[in-house]
Amino acid sequence: MAVLQFFPPSSPVVSARLHPVVLFSICDCYVRRPDQADRVIGTLLGTVSGGVVEIKNSYAVPHNESADQVALDVEYHRNMYMSHLKVNPKEVLVGWYSTGFGVSGGSALIHDFYVKELKDSTKDIREAQNSVPPVHLTVDTVFSNGEASIKAYMSVNLSLGDRSLAAQFQEIPLDLRMIEAERVGFDILKKTAVDKLPNDLEGMEASMERLYALIDDAYKYVDDVVEGRVNPDNDIGRFLSDTLASVPKMSPIAFDKVFNDRVQDNLALVYLSSLIRAQLGIAEKLNTAAQVL
Amino acid sequence: MANTMARSFLQAVSSSEEIAPPLRVVQMEGLAVLKIIKHCNEFSPALVTGQLLGLDVGSVLEVTNCFPFPIREEDEEIEADGANYQLEMMRCLREVNVDNNTIGWYQSTLLGSFQTVELIETFMNYQENIRRCVCIIYDPSRSSQGALALKALKLTDPFMDLHRKNNFTGEKLREKKLSWVDIFEEIPIKISNSALISAFMTELEPESPVAQCDYDRLKLSTAPYMERNLEFLIDCMEDLSSEQNKFQYYYRSLSRQQAQQQAWLQKRRVENMARKAAGEEPLPEEDPSNSIFKPIPEPSHLDSYLITNQTSNYCNQINGYASSTNNMSLVLLSTSV
Repeated sequence: MAVLQFFPPSSPVVSARLHPVVLFSICDCYVRRPDQADRVIGTLLGTVSGGVVEIKNSYAVPHNESADQVALDVEYHRNMYMSHLKVNPKEVLVGWYSTGFGVSGGSALIHDFYVKELKDSTKDIREAQNSVPPVHLTVDTVFSNGEASIKAYMSVNLSLGDRSLAAQFQEIPLDLRMIEAERVGFDILKKTAVDKLPNDLEGMEASMERLYALIDDAYKYVDDVVEGRVNPDNDIGRFLSDTLASVPKMSPIAFDKVFNDRVQDNLALVYLSSLIRAQLGIAEKLNTAAQVL
Repeated sequence: MANTMARSFLQAVSSSEEIAPPLRVVQMEGLAVLKIIKHCNEFSPALVTGQLLGLDVGSVLEVTNCFPFPIREEDEEIEADGANYQLEMMRCLREVNVDNNTIGWYQSTLLGSFQTVELIETFMNYQENIRRCVCIIYDPSRSSQGALALKALKLTDPFMDLHRKNNFTGEKLREKKLSWVDIFEEIPIKISNSALISAFMTELEPESPVAQCDYDRLKLSTAPYMERNLEFLIDCMEDLSSEQNKFQYYYRSLSRQQAQQQAWLQKRRVENMARKAAGEEPLPEEDPSNSIFKPIPEPSHLDSYLITNQTSNYCNQINGYASSTNNMSLVLLSTSV
């Protein structure tokens, strides 16, 4: 009896994390693709740590596609890879992406190619990270389901005895993460055109408003629970009480003193900087003043 | 046939005499912004640079893509490598239909200390090859405080003329009414995105607002940050005072030289009078071989201008921080936590 064997992935890769730069760059490449191409294919670069693949960078690779064949420009891929490694040697090959919904037949071939590339480019860094098979990312740029779907897959080889039959692409959880600085700019990046970058004050205003909204929500939730409108959730309750308990307890007098000291320090700094500005003005006048002689 | 060719030749000649409209706005794509942020943040606190690519359209300079430069060691043979890397990247990007024109470069900075002579020299280098170029400065430390610290800088035209002639004496500067604020010109940045991206971003906005709130901005402790700013400011003031000393020394020696010249001239005149009385040829009133007539070179104002710029930058930053922390504390107080 033939037995269908599942070989589980060699290492516990649980999930993938995508940086928004990659998404932007994929969309940009899609918009700029040559007219005859239907989709864009490219390489993903990043790092692997603790079972999580972090996708940090990407570049498109030109390819030719016909009804049943896909030809990838290997030379180009290798050149770009070398160039990128020069800038950041820690970002290594972690997979590949293609636009278009779902995984198609040609994808298995391309995936095999990338598996081989990964093995070829394995250096000491990767060895230490217990080599992880490449991740395949699909970005649905045409919104075929009426929504944006970005999915990541790992390939598992299905084999019948000795012969490999097919490669099954299993979806792995993907999450979009941003670092602080990017989150600051996120609102700006959502729109198609922004007239000016918000300065410090406006940004602060926006953050304060968000904080207020959050506090209001929490307040409303507590009210609802107290009045019996919503079922209490013990975890949330405990979390809220922990948060409130972590507000430092200070007598109002001590708080006032600390606060005023702080404000005074700041005002002293403002005074100092205005003084320096006046000094600069005078110095400049002196330097370029009309010659006395 | 001849007519159209003649016309196009005329057109070509006339268009090359057109003055380019002044640069008013730098339009950046979200992709370029994110790439710059990512690159600078990864390597902070080291300073990194990269190339900007895009299009020059009328009074708008569009930045559509960028790529980072590898960190270069101070080695001569790696110069060629750097150039190769650049050519390679441009070629590869051309193949995927990315705009291939260099329109400037970007660099990261630490707390706003970027006004150096090297910056000006790089500008002059770029300006020789490209008609319009811009430098984008990104400050990762300020961005972690909340605002997106992205600035587009360009050298002003009068300053560039002066620099080409390499003449920074007081007279010339007064002539052109060039003060230290006129060296760099800051150009407003606009951000644009393709429709596809905005669709994706709006779709992918995380559901829970908790994840959205950016707490770092609301931190009250700007102390270490201010301290560093103040340290830099003090260093700058020291540099400024040493530049002032240089000028003082120059003026003093100039006045001393003038006095010497006058004294010498008097002596000559007296001698001449004596000679005339004796009926001999009067000696010339000038003697170029005498060392007191050698003109003393005036020290260049460029450095002091740059330092002044730097100092004012720090001052502005400190002002910004102090006032924003003040505002925040006042607001918190008024809502009595």
